[in-house]
Amino acid sequence: MSFPWANHYEPQHPLMKWVDDKLPLPRLVYNAVGAGYPVPRNLNYMYNFGVLAGFCLVLQILTGVILAMHYAPNSLVAFGSTEHIMRDVNWGWMLRYMHANGASFFFLVLYLHIFRGFYYGSYKAPREMIWLLGVVIFLLCMATAFMGYVLPWGQMSFWGAKVITGLFGAIPLVGEPLQVWLLGGYAPDNAALNRFFSLHFLLPFVIAGVVILHIWALHIPGSTNPTGVEVKKESDTVPFHPYYTAKDGFGLGVFLIIYCLFVFFMPNALGHPDNYIEANPLSTPALIVPEWYFYPFYAILRAFTFDLILPAKLWGVLAMFAAILVWFFLPWLDKSPVRSARYRPLYRVFFWILMVDLAALFWLGGAHAEEPYIMFSQIAAAYYFLHFLVIVPVVSSIERPKPLPYSITEAVLGKDDDAQLDAVAAAKA
Amino acid sequence: MADTTGTATPDMVAPEGDATGEGVRRRDFINIAAVSAAGVGGIAVVYPLISQMAPSADVLAESTTEVDVSAIEPGQAVKAVFRKQPLFIRRLTPDEIKQANDVDAGSLRDPQTLKERTKEGHEDMLVTMGVCTHLGCVPLGAAEGENKGEFGGYFCPCHGSHYDTAGRIRKGPAPLNLEVPEYEFADTVIRVG
Repeated sequence: MSFPWANHYEPQHPLMKWVDDKLPLPRLVYNAVGAGYPVPRNLNYMYNFGVLAGFCLVLQILTGVILAMHYAPNSLVAFGSTEHIMRDVNWGWMLRYMHANGASFFFLVLYLHIFRGFYYGSYKAPREMIWLLGVVIFLLCMATAFMGYVLPWGQMSFWGAKVITGLFGAIPLVGEPLQVWLLGGYAPDNAALNRFFSLHFLLPFVIAGVVILHIWALHIPGSTNPTGVEVKKESDTVPFHPYYTAKDGFGLGVFLIIYCLFVFFMPNALGHPDNYIEANPLSTPALIVPEWYFYPFYAILRAFTFDLILPAKLWGVLAMFAAILVWFFLPWLDKSPVRSARYRPLYRVFFWILMVDLAALFWLGGAHAEEPYIMFSQIAAAYYFLHFLVIVPVVSSIERPKPLPYSITEAVLGKDDDAQLDAVAAAKA
Repeated sequence: MADTTGTATPDMVAPEGDATGEGVRRRDFINIAAVSAAGVGGIAVVYPLISQMAPSADVLAESTTEVDVSAIEPGQAVKAVFRKQPLFIRRLTPDEIKQANDVDAGSLRDPQTLKERTKEGHEDMLVTMGVCTHLGCVPLGAAEGENKGEFGGYFCPCHGSHYDTAGRIRKGPAPLNLEVPEYEFADTVIRVG
């Protein structure tokens, strides 16, 4: 599971030896995130976001469990109990702002973590399983975040629930009964609110379980790195602790500064003011938008305005789900054996074009559903699928990559004595 | 947290940078400063997480109760609610006052006189919590026809504690007299809490 030169856990204190014999939990921690886990020595700050995502999950579970102590999931009092948290509960305003902004920062971190994977080819063999589990985590996070947003029972909560469950109504034949079943009624009401609360409480623990699998799968081949060259020997790695605990600790500090800036100085900047109006089934807000982190997928949903064999509504729903499901196939769509975009001149250009395309989708998802935004959405959504289904496979087969360094050590130090020895041996043979 | 690894990495273990001969290295200082800052920050974060379980502002706002006692006849008691718990307000008859004062307070489990348990000039108004000091049941005796126990005050049916006409524990498992909350008279109204 690890490299042969990994440090071994050797408890000194008799008590720690005793514990190690009975339950080797400290050993597990030592080998997972301690000095017993060798990590490539050249990881840059883009590799901080896995740890930050884990931190966000803990933060959300902690603040969420506390909010659940004060919140009441009943459509008659849900909105009032949210205001009760804001006004009456000691530090309730802070805990709720921590949770609401925590969700935004969780997604920010997840996106950067995923884009890191796109750039450095983290999804490629032998790390496909890590990637697949990661996409599952992302889908679970989306479901959890959506249901959490319904709980305050404001206008955006209500209409968000109605619109998103309406997506299922687009499915032929079973769509409408399915939507009614999901809501436990014809529109979101107490039944829907109660089940969303129950699932919103449950799913983070499911996420935590899949995160454990994600990390387990990661520790078999070990982390990738900015060169994409696999670890060859001890000089390619440093122990996770203290090197990456320190580096991740610094990253966490920077993250917390920005997070606190939002929590304490602009807590509603990422929210929507309409959600401070209690849910009203008879009045739709002028502009229904999801939270910012769903904008790209919302833009894709709205891009389909024309019937083409299937109804436009169904196309939009299919495209929105496909936009994420396509990630599941990425390890097999990208056939290039070179991982890192650093050595893939053509892919690197298209990676940045994809980033621009996603930035456009982020912007369009929050815009009004009118021209010219619809046309822009259509172009951006089409390019999004073009990237994954056409550009990535084609580029991977026609591209001529730049020469790779012999090892991580050579990439870092500029030379690797083993490389010269190998070259001599090769010349002799 | 100070000794972090035991990993053999040159700049962590070997004190070769220690040319000045002093014991503290720059790295030690940074390590201790960083861990201390994180520790202080951690404690600051824990405080609100604990404080949020204490009574919230709306609960504290309910924590005073006002009752008009002018209509209570001698021998009669009313129940009110103070902090979500029953409050007994009882106007004692001259006979009940005499019974309470005839007892030698020093001989009681929780020695108190009736005078100590009432307000100056209102010795006939006995204001107590309706919460047995044993395990918190509501004693009988406030409503008409209820069992007042062997000492004519209150009787707790849960475990058989008897309170006298001054609400003092006389028999049974309860350790203390019925609690007298903080209150004050404002004309005919008492303000509890």
